[in-house]
Order: sequence, then structure tokens, then C-alpha cells
Amino acid sequence: MLRTEEMLLNVGPQHPSTHGVFRLVIKIEGEIIKEATPVIGYLHRGTEKLAENLQYTQIIPYTDRMDYLAAMTNNYVLCHAVETMANITVPDRAEYLRVITMELGRIASHLVWWGTYLLDLGATSPFLYAFREREMIINLLNELCGARLTFNYMRVGGVKWDAPDGWLEKVAEFIPYMREQLHGYHQLVTGNEIFLNRVKGVGTYTREEAIAYSLSGANLRCTGVKRDLRKDEPYSIYNRFSFGVPTREAGDAWSRYECRMEEIEESLKILEQAVAQFPSDGPILAKVPKIIKPPKGEAFIRIESPRGEIGCYIASDGKKEPYRLKFRRPSFYNLQILPKLLEGENMANLIAILGAIDIVLGEVDG
Amino acid sequence: MDKNELTRLKKEAAEKAKAAAIKRRQEKERQASESGQDLELAKKKAAAAAKAKAAAAARAKAKAASTEKKEEESSVEPSPNEPLLQRYIQIIERQVGTDSYEEYYINRLSKDVPTILAKPHTYMDIAQVLKQQLHFDFLAELHGTDFETHIEVYVYLCSLQNGQSVVLKVKLDRDNPMIPSLVPLWKGADWPECEAYDLIGIKFSGHPNLKRILLGEDWIGYPLRKDYKPHDEGV
Repeated sequence: MLRTEEMLLNVGPQHPSTHGVFRLVIKIEGEIIKEATPVIGYLHRGTEKLAENLQYTQIIPYTDRMDYLAAMTNNYVLCHAVETMANITVPDRAEYLRVITMELGRIASHLVWWGTYLLDLGATSPFLYAFREREMIINLLNELCGARLTFNYMRVGGVKWDAPDGWLEKVAEFIPYMREQLHGYHQLVTGNEIFLNRVKGVGTYTREEAIAYSLSGANLRCTGVKRDLRKDEPYSIYNRFSFGVPTREAGDAWSRYECRMEEIEESLKILEQAVAQFPSDGPILAKVPKIIKPPKGEAFIRIESPRGEIGCYIASDGKKEPYRLKFRRPSFYNLQILPKLLEGENMANLIAILGAIDIVLGEVDG
Repeated sequence: MDKNELTRLKKEAAEKAKAAAIKRRQEKERQASESGQDLELAKKKAAAAAKAKAAAAARAKAKAASTEKKEEESSVEPSPNEPLLQRYIQIIERQVGTDSYEEYYINRLSKDVPTILAKPHTYMDIAQVLKQQLHFDFLAELHGTDFETHIEVYVYLCSLQNGQSVVLKVKLDRDNPMIPSLVPLWKGADWPECEAYDLIGIKFSGHPNLKRILLGEDWIGYPLRKDYKPHDEGV
């Protein structure tokens, strides 16, 4: 007679499918996961503590290193929080540059997710395609601000660099190209039966569970909740663009996949409109003092990052450094549901479930 | 030419010269007096202009002051979220009691979010009312801050169906910061409470698994406290 016994297994912290340094301690009986305990903190750098001794502009590079796959949104949430507190109006041209860079970043981030998710599931070629297109975005952003990932591009009141000559045209050229490639991705992967079998009905949760666990982004929208802060609480100039908020009802890994792929299309729509409306001239930085001192008080500002709601809390005592700075990091909140999803699952589904959440460990650990 | 003729001519010339000199002097005097008048006029003009300028400046100043005043007045205007806050407070007063909160206000710096400062013993009850009666089903954020005189817990709640937000805050004793856990109401409070425990040292009673989530159990001290000293200073 076959005898099974409970076994303790460490997945990570150096496991490639954990996308960084994330450890999962799982109790398995045979192939069934009985209990999963995430262990995080390997990448904790104490950003919030460091920020208490830095001026606001000096904190911006630190935000790049949280969600390093979409650093533009991190830059933005800090600048936007300070601007809201200090009541600074950002020039139009700067807002357009911000939206264009943020949406490019959103596409790049979704591309990394798409490529690595399929790599986790055993498909090698999509990763190469995804990184080919992502490289083009990174080159565009590099041309704009001289960095590939850690941009340090935005400033309180605007942006640091204006678009070089011909840059917008390059962005405009990229949009139809990306649409064509996206079509190719769908042909390559989306209908693939092996892939469908691995993601359909896997890692399912209901709308109520998603809300209770404070999930956001595609993790929430895949259960049919139509929530996108770009639409619901418009910030920047998002109310000037028409775009949709893709949702699905099933709440499984497959619906998260569908949501993200559609989000790329919606981002391309925003880019198209932003490039067309781009103001021909004007300042890229509002007239702000060299040393920024928001008024005494506190503010918590949220925006929509590729991974969900990213928020920035600032408690200011009127000095040039924040008294307390706190980031609501969407990956950190989204990962909470993982032990619940893994309980009773087959070992082989672990990667499909973890990958579908789309975490960045720099953001989980802060 | 005889001598008489010569003296007559001389005399004539001298008289002519004298007359010319007088004429020149008179002319000069006239000119001088005219230019003096000009100077006076110019002075007068300049004074008038200066006066006008000063008046204009004063007017502009007054105008600026009045617009400033207007702006001030407009910022004192009630926020569009004021009725919402009043409604929340009404329901909280009915359900939990009239002295269940310390204060409530609209936070102007944070996109006009209604903010309620609870008392430690009513924190859980108010949270319950916010969730069950007012449908704040989504916990967007929970964290603590060390304000040196006290420790504050900041909870940002959203209602997905109503599209509203509210902030629930509570002040805790810095020496023994203890508060009921919100995990029974919102499961999403689990990790954020662990983080607040880890970095600030707030104990959440009733939390299913309160642990030092980021730093590890062997860490000494709470780094986000203002008086934190790193234990391993040599490193």
C-alpha cells in the first residue's frame, strides 16, 4: 500500500518563478498543498525610514526601486501627493509627457508579466517576443530621460526633461506596431489548448473575496468589479481620453490574463490620443520653489499602477523633509490572498497561481 | 572824416551794442523764465504722475487683497463631501454614541476626504458601522505613524458601490499601543497590520497571525519610531 506523509518544502527565495526573492514554505501531502506560508522581506530596504531624512525631490529615485517594472507610476504618485498638498498646478505639456510615459510603462510592465508568466508555465518563445517589444519601450524612455528602468523622470510640478525632437513621432510609430504584435501574441498563445488547460478555472476567487482581501488592479477586475482609478477618481488628465476598463467575471488566472492583455490595448488607445493632443509648446515644469515644503497636515493619494492601486501617504510638519512617508504598495496587498488560493491545490498549479497575481518583490518588500 | 563824425559813429555803435546787449539779456531772461516755468511744469507733471502711479499701485494692492480675501472666502466654503461626513457622523452617533469620536473633519489637503478620529475603545465599533451600515467594503490602506506624543493608526476605507472614501484614525498610547485588529472585518488588513506591528510596534489584539512580516522575529526595536536606534551600529 502506498503511504504518503506530510513534507515541508521551501520554494525560493532563489526560485526563478518567484520573480525576485520570495520564499514560500509549503506543507505538501503527496502533490496536494496543505498549507502555504509566504515569507517576505528579503528586499526590504526601509524606503520609508530613509525618506524621513530626504527632501521630496531626493525621494523620487527611491520610488523607482519599488516597482521597478513600472517606475513612472511610482514617480507620479509621490509627485502627485506633494502637488495635491501644496496645491501646485502642473503645466499641460508636463501632464501629457507624464501620461505618455506612464502608459508606456504600463505596457512594458504587462509585457514582462506576459512573457515571464508563460516562461513559468513552460513556453519559452513568448518571453523573447515580449522582451523584444519591451526593449523598444525602454529605448524610448531611455531617449527621454537617460535611464532604462530607474527613470527619476518626474518632479514635483512637472517633469525633468522635455521630449527630444522626433520622439513623439517614434511613440506614434510604436502604437500600430505594438497592436500588430499583440495580435501575434494572441495567435501564438491565447488559443493554445495546453495553456488554456493550465489557467482556466485555476486560482479562482469570488468578487466578495477579492474585495475583502483588498485586491486591486487586474486581480480585482477579473471578478467583474469595474474599478480603475483612472476612470473612477480621475487624476492627471485621464478625463480627456476615452478608454475602456476591461473586466471579466470568472475570477480565475485565465480572466486575469485576458484583463491584462486588453489593458495593453486600452493603454495604446490612451497613447494614441495623448500623442495627437500633445501641446506644441509650453513649460514642462511649474514654477515651484527650489525647496518644496508642503503645508502642515497629511494626505493619502492613490493612483492606478499596472498592478493595482498605489498610494502615497505624507504626513508633513511643514519642513522640507516628510515627517512620515508611507506607500500603499499594490503587490503587498495583492499577495495576501496567496495562502488561501494555494490551500488544497495541486503542486503543479502553484506557479500558475502565483504568476497570475503579478507581483514585483521590490514593491512587496518596500 | 572829422573828429566829431568819428565820436558820433562811435557813440552810435556803442548805443547799438548796448541795445543789442539789453535785447540779448532780455531774451535770455525771458528764456530763463520760460525754462523755469517748464521745469516747474515738468516737476508738477512728474509729481502728478507719481501720485497717479501710487494711486494705481494702491488700487492694484487693494484689488489683490480683495481677490485674496475672495480666495480665502472660497476656500472656507463647505466641501462637497461635507454632507457625506455629516451623514456618517449621524449614523455613528446613533449606533455607537454621541461621545464615540474625538473629532471629525474634512481633510482639505487630501482631496477632501472625510476624516473621523475615533477613541481607542470605540475604534472597532465605528469600523463595524462603517462597514456594515455605510458599506465601506474595501480597505485601501492601514498604517501607523509615530507622532512622538502618541501613535496614530490611519485606515483608509473605500466603498466600491458608492464610490466614497473615508479615513478612520485613532490615537494610541505610545508606551503600549494596543488596538483591536480589523482582520475580522476586512481580511485585507492582515499584512498591513503585521507591517505596522513590525515597523512601529502597534499590537493588534485578535489578529490571527501577528508577526514581524518584513524584518524577521529576531529584529530588535521598531525602526519607524522616531527614537529608534539601530541595534547593530557597527555594521
